[in-house]
Amino acid sequence: MNWLALVSIVSAALAVSFGAIGPALAEGRAVAAAMDAIARQPESANTISRTLFVGLAMIETMAIYCLVIALLLLFANPLLK
Amino acid sequence: MKSPLVSTVLFHLGPVSISEGVVTTWAIMLVLILGAVLISRRLSLVPSRTQAFFELIVETVDGQIRDTMRLEPAPYRAFIGTLFAFIFVANWSELVPGVEPPTAHIETDAALALLVFFAVIWFGVRAGGLRGYLGTFASPNPIMIPLNFIESLTRTFSLLVRLFGNVMSGVFVIGIVLSLAGLLVPIPLMALDLLTGAVQAYIFAILAMVFIAGAVSEEAPTPDSHSSQRTPS
Repeated sequence: MNWLALVSIVSAALAVSFGAIGPALAEGRAVAAAMDAIARQPESANTISRTLFVGLAMIETMAIYCLVIALLLLFANPLLK
Repeated sequence: MKSPLVSTVLFHLGPVSISEGVVTTWAIMLVLILGAVLISRRLSLVPSRTQAFFELIVETVDGQIRDTMRLEPAPYRAFIGTLFAFIFVANWSELVPGVEPPTAHIETDAALALLVFFAVIWFGVRAGGLRGYLGTFASPNPIMIPLNFIESLTRTFSLLVRLFGNVMSGVFVIGIVLSLAGLLVPIPLMALDLLTGAVQAYIFAILAMVFIAGAVSEEAPTPDSHSSQRTPS
């Protein structure tokens, strides 16, 4: 195994781990804010939770991007051909 | 472990190689078209139980279009509804044993995102003419033209990577867990995967609506624009 493959594996792990931190914090804040809003205005819980779901999936996409980059590094690395 | 980026080729049709995902796509298309034909063949004014159920779905799609786009849903119902129905059925097709969802392969998602890209142009030109559509690129002021132009490409790309990444990661994780532990362990993950699939189909349709509405109307509504108008308390 050459050093290029080694660096690829390590950076794939780095991409997933650091890429998960930001979305995790953001999702926590989003859910907390939505809970707050629902507690204040229970009658608008439907709209809030629908928007929350869309927003959560948007935030989660950032982590998914990192996962795609990691999988590209592991399975379709152009430098290792 | 099999790479999630390559797709297995089943057979060749002349020079074109037909992969597994394409065959699954054909099967899903067949099911959807046959279902639509069978259901809409005997429509009655007093709906049967099945007809009432599907009318409920169409009403829901109409309501979502009206909420998100702030336009009459009739011209967009067919495109948005078909997009949602196809992605939903494709994401849930993993319930059939041995079937891998075609949206877990990047080609299917690329085709869907390309459809949205061209639909935005089509609906935009149809609503405001070519001048009107090109005018939306200079919408706040002409300095934004290059940014708006790049945005119309990158948002298509992010639409493709979002759907691909979410569905593929679900399939990938289930594959890993299945290779580690056997019979009943992956079931909660599969349930989570079904939820993700439904939400992603919904989001894909919502984003397509938002993009089309941005090209059709002057002020582009955002997904949360209907919830930001809160009543004074």
